[in-house]
Amino acid sequence: MSATATTVSDMPEALATPAQTRPAAALAPATVRTVIEPRSGWQLVDFAQLWRYRELLGFLAWRDVKIRYKQTVLGAMWAVLQPLLTMLVFTIFFGRFGGMSHNVEGAYSVFVFSALLPWQLFATAVTQAGQSLVTSNNLISKVYFPRLIIPFSSVGTGIVDFAVSLVVMFAMMAWYHVTFGPWLLLIPVFFLGTVLTALGVGTLLAALVIAYRDFRYVLTFLVQIWMFASPVAYPLSVVPEKYRLWYALNPMVGMICGFRSAFLGEGLPFGCLIVSSVTMFLSVFVGLLYFRRSERRFADII
Amino acid sequence: MSDPAIRVENLGKQYDLGAREAGYVTFREALTGLVTNPVKRFKSLSGRAREDETFWALKDVSFEVQPGEVVGIIGHNGAGKSTLLKILSQITEPTEGRVEINGRIGSLLEVGTGFHPELTGRENIFLNGSILGMSRDEVRRKFDEIVAFAEVEKFLDMPVKKYSSGMSVRLAFSVAAHLDPEILIIDEVLAVGDQEFQNKCLGKMSGVAESGRTILFVSHQMAAVEAMCSTAILLSEGRIRARGETTKIVERYLRGVSRGEMQPLQDRRDRKGSGAIRFKSVAFSDGCGRPLMSFQCGSAGEINLRYDNCSGRELRNLRVCLAVDNEFGQRVLLFDSKLLACDLERVEPEGGMVRILMPKLTLLPGCYHFNIYATVNGEIADWIKSAGFFYVEGGNFFGTGRLPEHGQGVVAAEHEVYFEPAPREPAASETSAAETAATLSHIEETCA
Repeated sequence: MSATATTVSDMPEALATPAQTRPAAALAPATVRTVIEPRSGWQLVDFAQLWRYRELLGFLAWRDVKIRYKQTVLGAMWAVLQPLLTMLVFTIFFGRFGGMSHNVEGAYSVFVFSALLPWQLFATAVTQAGQSLVTSNNLISKVYFPRLIIPFSSVGTGIVDFAVSLVVMFAMMAWYHVTFGPWLLLIPVFFLGTVLTALGVGTLLAALVIAYRDFRYVLTFLVQIWMFASPVAYPLSVVPEKYRLWYALNPMVGMICGFRSAFLGEGLPFGCLIVSSVTMFLSVFVGLLYFRRSERRFADII
Repeated sequence: MSDPAIRVENLGKQYDLGAREAGYVTFREALTGLVTNPVKRFKSLSGRAREDETFWALKDVSFEVQPGEVVGIIGHNGAGKSTLLKILSQITEPTEGRVEINGRIGSLLEVGTGFHPELTGRENIFLNGSILGMSRDEVRRKFDEIVAFAEVEKFLDMPVKKYSSGMSVRLAFSVAAHLDPEILIIDEVLAVGDQEFQNKCLGKMSGVAESGRTILFVSHQMAAVEAMCSTAILLSEGRIRARGETTKIVERYLRGVSRGEMQPLQDRRDRKGSGAIRFKSVAFSDGCGRPLMSFQCGSAGEINLRYDNCSGRELRNLRVCLAVDNEFGQRVLLFDSKLLACDLERVEPEGGMVRILMPKLTLLPGCYHFNIYATVNGEIADWIKSAGFFYVEGGNFFGTGRLPEHGQGVVAAEHEVYFEPAPREPAASETSAAETAATLSHIEETCA
């Protein structure tokens, strides 16, 4: 039951008013004190509190995954088919007809798939997280828990899909005789980066969608546009050298290039990676800060 | 004396009216609002003058609850009960004031929060338990108890969407009932399931109350409040009006209700709908224009609703409903212009009045509250829950000066009772007709 033991204001402040209260020893041993007060200003994330609610986070993520695979006819096949079909379309239209495959070493389909992997993870996570608050309005208006749990847990489906696609990727690499190099060890790093970016952007959008209802249309549009602004269908080399660092302000540029290097053994574009990492952390920071700022109004306006 | 379980000091919650009434703010509006003159924008939203943009749902509320106390919170809709519970459950933040809670707190503002129809009963128990704040181990420990209480053993591995509504409500309540924090906040959750299950829930809750836990209980069901709570708090217009022994507070509340101590309709903020039509007042009369304080069973009565047309233009197809609930929250009557096929085709820009005439009131003595509801072209224009109350006194419904005793029915109905000599043994050929007649007369006898 430690899960309900929460303090809205900081614990030290709650304990700093001993004038009205007896020392804790006089109370029952396991007494938890909660103080509810209007908060002011910008709040940082209360990680200790999030940690106490980790079980709920797990349950909500598990529910989303379970329902996703229960409700779709194709079930888990969907996680395989979606990137595969996208890859097929990209290979035919961009690779063949668009002539993009000339800019790429090796098979274009592997090239595209290596980018679709992080992209799908990002797109699913951002879309789900962005809509998560609206879809769980009943939870928000009836139960208390750190609201960040909601967009965080909605990233779960994206991660499961990613795991499935990863297996497909390895199969494709074997099929096209791509060497399994030590670069593959970088995957967890870029995976983490992608998830963090998605969390940052996702929480920001989730809070915006609650405040402005028509933002959900912006959301789908944004994700669409974002893909073309990321090196999914084309290599980084297509972007002129002098614009590259500007281009890397899009954090997904760094993540996708990282994934591609890890799978295909290309060299890492360090300049882009540094710029993208900075914007990634910035997006996480801004997203969480804005979310925490508007969090207190969720139940009132939902 | 130890610290109070709950200490509330000068609690206040202010709501932004603009956001509530205009519905959701869209991004487009926010953008255009930045660009265009904000005064113009407000004008275009409603066409109404906006005196004040905010209102206090709760103001200067202070009280203490000692450990082990079971306190009922009563009051009209819109009195601030839900807001208070929402603040105590940390769902929403207070605008001012402070609350201190000593002990693990759990709140039940709704049963079955987070239930998902696609998941099985077993899965939902774990999910719902976790949402309510139970750990996985705790749910596992109480699992058998929860299932037994809900009586759903056989259906555990079936998706909840295949459950009957009764079954899913029982399961949901059962999970909630097994939450056992030191301080429990409950909002009307007993109003679920059939009568038998409600009694079972009430029993369970009383058991929880007697086990020394601190409970805050909000309900419209005065019987439940009286059964469970030792003391009660009466809220009205966001302030505490009285606090004391439950029976006295309930009495005072009901007395206030019968005197029509209600917030005037035009001041009500807790309404839903587009706002094209707004009810502004309600009055009772005897059907001949004489105003009444209360109705009489068996006599004529009339409810007059005045409304404004806030759209500023002529509207079409106005439907008005008035639904009457008894003090237990059960719907007992519905007056609906649609059922009578008499919707108003054209609504004048200056509004008007609806008269609901009951030539012979069938309601038995008691206190009734009603919800009013208007649609324009099928779209909800105004909807006020618990818009008002009226009291029905005993009357000469049957012309005999007698009425059923309290608890022997909800409404009186015109009927006739005949006593006749027992029919002769019927011949074989006429069995069926005679049997029917015999059954009928038997029914009439038992009813009498």
